[in-house]
Amino acid sequence: MAIVAIDNLYKRYKLGSRELSVLRGLNLSIGGGEYVAIMGPSGSGKSTLLNLLGCLDRLSSGSYKLAGRDVPSLDDDELSRIRGAQIGFIFQSYNLIAQLNVIENIQVPMYYQGVGERESVTRATELAELVGLADRLTHRPFELSGGEQQRVAIARALTNNPVMILADEPTGNLDSESGAEILRILDDLHARGRTLVSVTHDPKVAARSERTIHLLDGRIEREERNGHV
Amino acid sequence: MHRLRSALTTLGIVFGVASVIAMLAIGEGASREAQAAIARLGSTNLIVETIEPLKERADTGNQEEVHRYGLTYKDAEAIHDTIADVEVVVPIRELDQEARYRRRKVAVRIVGSTPWYTDTVSLRMLRGRFLSSIDLHQQQNVCVIDERLVAGLFGFEDPVGKDLQMHGSCYRIVGVAGAVSSPIGRNGEANGAAVLSTSGASAAGNVYMPLTTAKSRFSEMDFALSGGRESAKRVELHKITVKVRSMDDVLPMRDVLDTLLKRLHEKSDYRIVVPLELLRQARRTQFIFSIVLGSIAAISLLVGGIGIMNIMLATVSERTREIGIRRALGARKRDIVVQFLSETLLLTFVGGLLGIGVGLVIPLLVTQFGNMPTIITSTSLILAFGISAAVGITFGLYPAYRAANMDPIESLRHE
Repeated sequence: MAIVAIDNLYKRYKLGSRELSVLRGLNLSIGGGEYVAIMGPSGSGKSTLLNLLGCLDRLSSGSYKLAGRDVPSLDDDELSRIRGAQIGFIFQSYNLIAQLNVIENIQVPMYYQGVGERESVTRATELAELVGLADRLTHRPFELSGGEQQRVAIARALTNNPVMILADEPTGNLDSESGAEILRILDDLHARGRTLVSVTHDPKVAARSERTIHLLDGRIEREERNGHV
Repeated sequence: MHRLRSALTTLGIVFGVASVIAMLAIGEGASREAQAAIARLGSTNLIVETIEPLKERADTGNQEEVHRYGLTYKDAEAIHDTIADVEVVVPIRELDQEARYRRRKVAVRIVGSTPWYTDTVSLRMLRGRFLSSIDLHQQQNVCVIDERLVAGLFGFEDPVGKDLQMHGSCYRIVGVAGAVSSPIGRNGEANGAAVLSTSGASAAGNVYMPLTTAKSRFSEMDFALSGGRESAKRVELHKITVKVRSMDDVLPMRDVLDTLLKRLHEKSDYRIVVPLELLRQARRTQFIFSIVLGSIAAISLLVGGIGIMNIMLATVSERTREIGIRRALGARKRDIVVQFLSETLLLTFVGGLLGIGVGLVIPLLVTQFGNMPTIITSTSLILAFGISAAVGITFGLYPAYRAANMDPIESLRHE
């Protein structure tokens, strides 16, 4: 079953009196367990697409079904719920909450889904171990390296067992060694059957995926299958 | 959250709450004292007092003549006999005299009255007994002194059974009564407060004796030198206290008394003081006083609240990115509202508690060093805390609402 089914998607912004179309008639389908990379030059609409996929933004016209649910018809609270429960976000700048330690940062999405404190701590600890941070549980973000912070973010993205993980330039702020480590973890997640969508302009990152979608001026320019699987 | 900033912000609430409590305590204390003094006069009492009418100077000329005025024994009888609703009528004659015991002398105020004087004034008997009907009928040379005289005249001796010398006669002391403090307002603000005084300014204390004794032993004439001329005044009674059954009867009784006395007196040489009315006035004054003080304090709380709102708005914009992250991770708008509102409430709650602490201390200091009575009522505590909570909610809602309605994408991009 398709996790993402997008049909004739438009996204327009009002810029003063002019209207700017960022996405123009996009069709996209992502199946369960797929690993998709989205590439394109600045202004091609990749960030906008990612925000729409992540239910952070609303489309102007067209349709978007996420795991069978019609996203445009949902209200703000339901969108919040989907973001928390169905989607895992990984950002370029990690976006950890500075005053919370590692375990608390991982717990944040569970808090909003009403997971009990004890279960939440257990799950967060397991995930921290999974990304190799078992000895860093009570550290605060500023005490961690960039790679470690991004691993916390990955653990956080997995807490509610999402149907799709969205990564926005996950290695953009990292040195090559830490970047490689993060990519390895993403590969690993994919191998375990996770659905991954990552936005990047680094061809090496895109090459790790099964399928690369090239955007240009709000349309899909071309798609290519990466034959390494 | 910055600790220093939060602490400074909270300080606004602390002082706001503290000043509400302190102001109300001071206001309450200031009026309660006056009210208590007035209440001691008896809320079911009416006091008719002799006042000196304005003399017609031209008529008196340079002739020596006795100026006769004031309440009379006949008045007291008339009140007693003609007004049905009166429960007790107490005629009182007051004289300033010098009292001696052995070689000690002291100025006293003699209160000549009846045994039922105690029905209108709550007099605690510390030792012995009060005046009796036999004392009254037989014009006994007995007296009751008030406790303020004991130390000065008798030292450590028991005054009961001793003889007090006044105006050449001896009076057997039969009892010692508690002092009746004078209900003069602290600032003399209470209406007619001066005339409510039960003891002369210079007198060390009261000496109570039967009215009959006071009448026969002491002259009703009072000679004085004024402007090189000798003048004489003659007054029979200085006061008549009238007690009615209930407070509802007090005001009608004043009119009845006034009508009766107007018929008996040509000159306006008396006045009717109604403690109940003074009490009501004092309460009204205190109410206004409390409102004024309370408003001043409430304004300082308001300023504190604005401070909190200011800091919360700063916090919200500082934490824009965090809000974006939380929204992306599944926080609903109301989750964000709850988060920021509870932070504001925490600040005001802590501020409120500290403010109550400070507010309890300030009145103590005022009492200690300012020598002013203060009364902290539980109402003022609840009020102060309620206001601070209301301030927290009012001034916390807007920043929280603003935080919740920020666009998550914009917030995530925020540096």
